[in-house]
Amino acid sequence: MFTCHTLLVDLLFKALADPTRRSILDELSKHDGQTLFELCQRLLFEHKVESSRQAISQHLDVLEAADLIRVKRQGRYKFHFINTEPLKAIQQRWRGKEAS
Amino acid sequence: MKIYITSIPISDYENALAFYTEKLGFVKKRDVEMGHAMRFITLVSPEDPDGPELLLEPNADHRGIRALRESLAEDGIPITSFAVKDLDAEYKRLSGLGVLFTQKPMRQGGWYSAVLDDTNGNLIELAEVPSA
Repeated sequence: MFTCHTLLVDLLFKALADPTRRSILDELSKHDGQTLFELCQRLLFEHKVESSRQAISQHLDVLEAADLIRVKRQGRYKFHFINTEPLKAIQQRWRGKEAS
Repeated sequence: MKIYITSIPISDYENALAFYTEKLGFVKKRDVEMGHAMRFITLVSPEDPDGPELLLEPNADHRGIRALRESLAEDGIPITSFAVKDLDAEYKRLSGLGVLFTQKPMRQGGWYSAVLDDTNGNLIELAEVPSA
């Protein structure tokens, strides 16, 4: 049976299963709180990601659905921040089960 | 043919003049009364008084311009770009005057640029432009 938790975990792994989305997280972990405009430039020059702003915007929606990024509105502007909280659940999940 | 003018959508002449002259440091070149409270105001850079003029276009309330400006602002996209010789110095000077930057100085692909809020509803890029 699918629970709400299972769906959230699915969203999390789906969000991480894409190189562009991982690059977005890399960029935000270096410079947190970026507009879409800044993020697209950094992705282009530092990660050779040549996706359109529209495509990056859709990637951001997927990351936001997985709670890996948080969007803060300041006035008319939108800034994107990384949120690593959901990753802790992944780290905890199989902990202590490693072969010794 | 040459480029002589670029325009910035505004809704209030005095607020726009205050920002573009007192904060950015441009100077007024033309100010012609057009009737119906309309004025034809252009500004130039004191470094280049015969260069392209910046027209303060009072069309910010037009529905097309409003939609454009809202979506540009949301995504942090500047409406135009001005060249500066020393971006770090301008960033420091303007921040000191209370100007809000949505993008701090960033070096990418030979360009060094930042994005500021002109308090008239527009984002403006400042850039150290590499020679072409």
